[in-house]
Amino acid sequence: MDFNDTAAEASFRTEARDWIQANAPKHLFAALSSSTFGGMNTGDEDPLQAAKKWQKKKAEAGWACLLWPKEYGGRAANPIQSVIWNQEEGVYGKLGGMFIIGQGMCGPTMMAFAGEDHKRRLLPKLASGEEVWCQLFSEPHGGSDLAGLRTRAEKEGDEWVINGQKIWTSGAQYSDYGILITRTDPTVAKHKGLTMFFLDMRSPGIEIRPIKQVNGQSGFNEVYFDNVRIPDSQRLGAVGDGWRVSLTTLMNERLAIGGSIATGFPELNSLVQSLPISRDKAVNDAGVRSRLADWYCKASGLRNTAARAISALSRGETPGPENSIGKLVAGGMMQDIAKYAMDLQGFGSVVNDPAIAEGNARFQAMLLRSPAVRIEGGTDQILRNIIAERVLGLPDDMRADKGLPFNRIPTGN
Amino acid sequence: MNFDFSEDEKLVRDQTARLLADECDSKVVREVLEGRAVYAEGVWKGLCDMGLAGTAIPEAYGGVDAGYLALCLIAQVLGSKVAPTPFSSSVYLATEALLLFGTEAQKQSLLPKLASGALIGALATTEDPTELDAQNIKCTVRGGKLNGHKFAVADGGIADCAVVLARGDAGPGLYLVDLQAAGVSRTNLDTVDPTRNTARIDFADVSAELLGTDAGHGMQQLDGIHDRAAVLFAFEQIGGAQAALDMAVAYARQRFAFGRPIGSFQGLKHMMADMYVALKLAESNCYYAAWALATDAAELPLAAATARVSATQAYQLCSRDNIQVHGGMGFTWEFDCHLYYRRSNYLALELGGMNVWENKLVNALPSAA
Repeated sequence: MDFNDTAAEASFRTEARDWIQANAPKHLFAALSSSTFGGMNTGDEDPLQAAKKWQKKKAEAGWACLLWPKEYGGRAANPIQSVIWNQEEGVYGKLGGMFIIGQGMCGPTMMAFAGEDHKRRLLPKLASGEEVWCQLFSEPHGGSDLAGLRTRAEKEGDEWVINGQKIWTSGAQYSDYGILITRTDPTVAKHKGLTMFFLDMRSPGIEIRPIKQVNGQSGFNEVYFDNVRIPDSQRLGAVGDGWRVSLTTLMNERLAIGGSIATGFPELNSLVQSLPISRDKAVNDAGVRSRLADWYCKASGLRNTAARAISALSRGETPGPENSIGKLVAGGMMQDIAKYAMDLQGFGSVVNDPAIAEGNARFQAMLLRSPAVRIEGGTDQILRNIIAERVLGLPDDMRADKGLPFNRIPTGN
Repeated sequence: MNFDFSEDEKLVRDQTARLLADECDSKVVREVLEGRAVYAEGVWKGLCDMGLAGTAIPEAYGGVDAGYLALCLIAQVLGSKVAPTPFSSSVYLATEALLLFGTEAQKQSLLPKLASGALIGALATTEDPTELDAQNIKCTVRGGKLNGHKFAVADGGIADCAVVLARGDAGPGLYLVDLQAAGVSRTNLDTVDPTRNTARIDFADVSAELLGTDAGHGMQQLDGIHDRAAVLFAFEQIGGAQAALDMAVAYARQRFAFGRPIGSFQGLKHMMADMYVALKLAESNCYYAAWALATDAAELPLAAATARVSATQAYQLCSRDNIQVHGGMGFTWEFDCHLYYRRSNYLALELGGMNVWENKLVNALPSAA
C-alpha cells in the first residue's frame, strides 16, 4: 500500500506538468476556474472552439486519450499515468467535457467492434477533437428500460433504413458521428432483437431539436430519424447482438464519469470557512460541523474507492458494477449540499444572478442541475438494482415482459 | 501508487480467518453473551499462539514486527466474527500507549508479555456517562498512589494491567497500573454488548507509575493513542458490517414470501444496496487510513477520523438493517442478528461517540479542501 508516486510516476508527472505549463491556454484560466456546475465558462471565446483548440494541441504532442493505442491517436499509457495527467491538467480538464461521451464511451465501443479501416480513419480524429461523437441510446419509451427501445432499423440491400426517435442525446447538435442502438427484430424477446451502428450525424433525414432543461440550458437533444440510411459496413457487432455491444459502452460510461465526479464538498467547505452565522464563522457551528464531517466522509470515500479501482485496473482487472456507487452517492450528495449551502445563506440565496450571488451562484447552479445527475446514465433506482443484483447477487425482480416477444409486451397505451 | 494490501498481509488475514472459522463460531460468542464465560479464552490463546498480539511490536520487544497493515486485516477478521476477546484493548490501546509514550524500561518490561499474551492490557478513561473531558477526571495520583474509580473499562474485568488516565500534580496524565495489585477492586458490568467484558474499577491507594516521562499531557497523549486505535477499530467495524450485510443477503435469497424470494423486492434490494454503499465508502476510507497509520503520515488525524466516522456509520446501518431484512426472526435471541447490532453500538462508543469524532475530523480538515 503506497500513495506516493514511484520514481517512474514522478518523472511522468514532471513531464506532464512541464508540458502543460508551456502549452495550456492560460488566458482561459480565470474564466474556467469560475465555471459553475453544468456550465463551462470560457469568457469571450466560443466554448466548442476553445475545447477543440486545446484538444488538438494535446493530440499533436501525444497527450490525448492517454489510454488508447498510438495508432488510434492515443499514448498507450497506463491507468495510473492517466490519473496523474488528469491531476496535472487540473482546471484545463474542464475543456475536455464535450469529448467525454465520444472518447469515453463511443471510442471504446468502436475499438471493440468496428472494422480496422474505420478505426484508423475515425478514432484519431475523435482523439484530437476534430470530430465530436454522441451516443444515441435513450428513447421516450426506453430510458431505465433501455432494451425497450423502439427505433427501427430495416435492411434494404446493403443498407439499413432507420426510423424513430432518440432523446437525451448530449451534444447531438455539434456532433459529427454517433453510435446508435436500434431494433431490428420486434418478434423476439426485447434484448435479442437489437443491433448497433455508427453513423454520420449529417446524414439526410436526421432532425435535431434541443431540449430546454430545468436549469435553462440545453445540453440534451431529441434526435428524429426519418428514413435515414446507414451502410451495413457501419454495423457494430452481429445483427441481434446490440445489447451485448451496448454493455461495452455502458461499462465504459461508469469509468468515464465514475472517478472525477463532482460532489459539491470543496465548495461547501470553502463557504463555511468565512460565512457568518450567529456572529461566528459557520464552520464553528456544531450542526454545520456534523454535516461537514458526514459529507467529507462520503467525498473522501468516493475518492479512495476510485483509487482502488485504478489500482485494480493497473493490475489488469476489469472494473465491475461496484463502481456504480460513484454517481449514486455524488448526485444525491450534491443536491443536499446545494440546498444546505443556500439554507445557511438565508433568503438572499434565492438570487441566481452569477454577478451578485455568492461564488458566481455556484450553489444555485448545483441546485438546478443536480436533479439530472440522479437520472442521467442510470437513475439512482436502477443503480441500486444493479448493486443489489450484480454485486450482491440478489434475485432478479419479477418482470412482466420476461420471455415475451417485443411486439407483445404491454405498453400501457 | 498502489492501493491494495500485499500478498503477505493477505496471508496473515487468511490464517487468522481460518483460526476463527474453527475456534470462534457463534456458539463460542454465545458462551460469553449468556454469561457462561467472561471471554473466549481459547480464541484469545489461539490468537496469541499465532503471535498476532505482537503483530506491530518490534522484534526487540518480543513482537513479530509484521506491521500495521497486517494488523488492520487481523482487526477486520476479528470484527467479522464478533470475537469476544480482549484483543482490541490489549493490542490497539495498551500496546500502542506503551509504544508511543513508554520509557525504554517500561517497554522492555511490558511489551514482550503483551506480545505473547502473558499479560492482557486495557485503557481506563471513562469516569461517568458524559463525554470525556479534562475537567471531569477525578482519579488522582499523589505520591505514586492512585485513588478514584473508572465507571466502565472495556476488558477491565480480565486485564492484568491498565493505562489509567488520572490527575497528577502536573495535570491529567497516563499511568501504568497493575490490576492484580492490592487496592484494586473490579465489578463486571451488564452492557448493551455482553460479548465484550466491561468492568467498573475502584482504586484505593494503588501503586501507579507515570507512562513515559512527560507528566501532565495525558489528554494530548490520549488523542495520539485514539487516532491510531481508531483505524484498527474501524477495521473491526467494517469486518462486522460486511458480516451483517452477508447475513442479510443470504437470508433474503432463501426466505420466500408472496411466492418469491424476499430479496427480489426492491424495497429490500435498495436497502441492501445502501448498506453496500455505506460499507464500500467506509472500506475505502479505512484503506487510506491504514496507509496513514503504517507510514505515520501527517494525514493520520484526518484519515483516522474519516475512517472512524464512516466505519461507525456503516456498521450501525448494516447491523440495524440486517435485523429489518430478517423481520421478526431478526428480533429473536436465537438468530445472530443481535450480535452485530450489540457490537456495532459498543464499538460506536468505545473511543468516544460520533460527536467527538466528527469534531476531530473537522478540526483536521484543511480549510481549502
